[in-house]
Amino acid sequence: MAQTIHKYDAVVVGAGGAGMRCSLQLAKAGLRVAVLSKVFPTRSHTVAAQGGIGASLGNMDEDNWHYHFYDTVKGSDWLGDQDAIEFMCREAPKVVYELEHMGMPFDRNPDGTIYQRPFGGHSAKYGEKPVPRACAAADRTGHAMLHTLYQNNVRNKTQFFVEWMALDLIRDSEGDVVGVTALEMETGEVAIFHAKCVLLATGGAGRIFAASTNAFINTGDGLGMAARAGIPLEDMEFWQFHPTGVHNAGVLLTEGCRGEGAILRNKNGERFMERYAPKLKDLAPRDFVSRCMDQEIKEGRGCGPNGDYIALDLTHLGGETIMKRLPSVHEIGKNFANVDVIKEPIPVVPTIHYQMGGVPTNIHGQVVVPKNGTPNSIINGLYAIGEASCVSVHGANRLGTNSLLDLLVFGRAAGNHLIDTALASKTHKPLPQNAADYSLSRIDVLDKSSGGEYPQDVANDLRKTMQTHAGVFRTQASMDEGVSKVLAIDERAKHLSLKDKSKIFNTARIEALEVANLMEAAKATMVSAAARKESRGAHTVDDYGDTPEHPLGRNDVEWMKHTLWYSEGNRLDYKPVNLKPLTVESIPPVKRTF
Amino acid sequence: MADKRIFEIYRYDPDTDAKPRMQTYEVELDGSERMLLDALMKLKKQDDSISFRRSCREGVCGSDAMNINGKNGLACLTNMLTLPQKVTLRPLPGLPVVRDLIVDMSQFFKQYHSIKPYIVNDTPPPEKERLQSQEDREELNGLYECILCACCSTSCPSFWWNPDKFVGPAGLLAAYRFIADSRDQVKEERLENLEDPYRLFRCHTIMNCVDVCPKGLNPTKAIGKIKEMLVKRA
Repeated sequence: MAQTIHKYDAVVVGAGGAGMRCSLQLAKAGLRVAVLSKVFPTRSHTVAAQGGIGASLGNMDEDNWHYHFYDTVKGSDWLGDQDAIEFMCREAPKVVYELEHMGMPFDRNPDGTIYQRPFGGHSAKYGEKPVPRACAAADRTGHAMLHTLYQNNVRNKTQFFVEWMALDLIRDSEGDVVGVTALEMETGEVAIFHAKCVLLATGGAGRIFAASTNAFINTGDGLGMAARAGIPLEDMEFWQFHPTGVHNAGVLLTEGCRGEGAILRNKNGERFMERYAPKLKDLAPRDFVSRCMDQEIKEGRGCGPNGDYIALDLTHLGGETIMKRLPSVHEIGKNFANVDVIKEPIPVVPTIHYQMGGVPTNIHGQVVVPKNGTPNSIINGLYAIGEASCVSVHGANRLGTNSLLDLLVFGRAAGNHLIDTALASKTHKPLPQNAADYSLSRIDVLDKSSGGEYPQDVANDLRKTMQTHAGVFRTQASMDEGVSKVLAIDERAKHLSLKDKSKIFNTARIEALEVANLMEAAKATMVSAAARKESRGAHTVDDYGDTPEHPLGRNDVEWMKHTLWYSEGNRLDYKPVNLKPLTVESIPPVKRTF
Repeated sequence: MADKRIFEIYRYDPDTDAKPRMQTYEVELDGSERMLLDALMKLKKQDDSISFRRSCREGVCGSDAMNINGKNGLACLTNMLTLPQKVTLRPLPGLPVVRDLIVDMSQFFKQYHSIKPYIVNDTPPPEKERLQSQEDREELNGLYECILCACCSTSCPSFWWNPDKFVGPAGLLAAYRFIADSRDQVKEERLENLEDPYRLFRCHTIMNCVDVCPKGLNPTKAIGKIKEMLVKRA
């Protein structure tokens, strides 16, 4: 049966912050843009972001983008590309003001300007003291932002395909991307989207881990699509552990808690971060705080009967501040920990939160890969933005608030780049013959499956394995063992079986298709991690500790480079970090202290 | 401690079923299933054909709204300890069922879109942010937090009767969110758009919406404020 073909100038896959900021730019310029999303747009995971958007507005204290730039480079443990970081930090105030003009309900200062709170790793005067830089709408910043973007897309008549799951990229014989296949969940039908350009805005793959702050939908679909189409994934060994996930529940408590003054305490009630980070204390970057928490637990100073968590203490903030600035935190405490955070500390543990790596891009969002000796050769017709991408502004560790900023800056930049390069006047490249065959065969295998394992059983084993072998503290032996385990699970994932064979809204089939994407993300993570023989940012390996030659285990001579993992042949390649900003002096690498 | 529960779940797959039926399941909870959504995920391991939407599992995305023992709510925010031994799950009432607990929400979103859910301000924006006083900003509290789960509108008898004509509590809450925003310039047009025997005035303050809202919002109060403004205008 021939597939329905939808024809658009641009197809955005994913309706989170990045996808909808991009589609808004395109729709406003009059381009024909379709947005595909597995869920109704306001259900995308951007909605769960709490704390704020980083931008040096300086509304509450002296600030400028140079400080933000410095903090982000240092936060990235010098794996971030300094051209991209400069671009993001310079654009930050503009994209926040634009969002305000669109109707974003930011909290306000007495003078009517946008309220900003301090956040981890954000400092004034190059690390001297914390600075309020996170532009916030209570602790619902992501929700307010995602709804504002959706509303403005409605106003500009963006065409949404809601509850359509993108399956595979379509590349022609020259390797250009000319479209994407997608499954309409309600009918079970597969269609082709023929486009001059496809933008991956599918978010991260946080669900490769057992304990994660991420939504169920965060299965790395864009990563799977790219990997299956022969495109490498960059820096996938770098996963952020957020210091304050609710113990035993995984639900996130924003760093905004500590931004508003909350304190981490060990079982002795000690504010232990003072020992580790005398200047920024509880507001040191996330990789650093997470490691300190783990250290406290390891050395027997964890809280609770099993000594396995840390207490996040908000009690001194007072009920009024908590209900005004952190109302959702109060709600989450009640619902997921039986704790009234106004009255008592809440148990927290470092929890998987964010994927620093992704599909490699340049600062316009264009996907770039090594080709004929050039490390960053453009793939025509393909862009990636947001958490799905690696541009790379976060390097080895992202600063809080820089993720929402990343979505806005690069969503907008990709849209503008398409407009500037006159996408509208270009013609569609022809689709290859049988463009949907590969996707159809993947579905056919599932439809005919019997006797194999259930997708969720395989996915659960994968998540447990990743948790054990690619956690906060890593060892070389454990990572090596993890590689062989993940590759064994990959074999099992090739023989999944569904009982449910219905065409109509078959969620079991969706989950099986997601497992294929999770597998690519997990293999990329495990293999890249085991290969990186140093400690940097979120990738902390016991075997590579602090030495005079390699401060904190970081080995710049051999390892200041980006990892590229290819699914085909399960092989690795590397490319240099860009230490050259666009207009300012480079920030040279030093040992990170806070 | 063994916690055996009985689930009675509305099942309907138009591909195979002539009509809907209730299917009974037994499930043993081991204490790690804190919320109804956790229990449902466990059930789905027993029977992968049970269909429902879910995503954030923390009550902010609005995916897993359903009718739980006769009352609308989010599965991820419903603690199993608050439910009796037998749990009856049905799709949100009043909307066409796509399959099992999944409803077709088109009508709900159509009403949301009909109130023009975006700020209209045609004066050229300043270089920086538009200023808004803290008092003006506070007017938006209790309005902007809506997650569009549809628990409220699908618990409202007026919406059941006239889903095509009555905007419904969620849409009206959003309407007032924009009327109340000091940065919006088309308050009059917004009121005009609602001055209609059906669009606004089908609300008979039954207050089911307030009762079920998982975010603790009060659409009835917002509707009351719009009605007041219309009366003052007349």
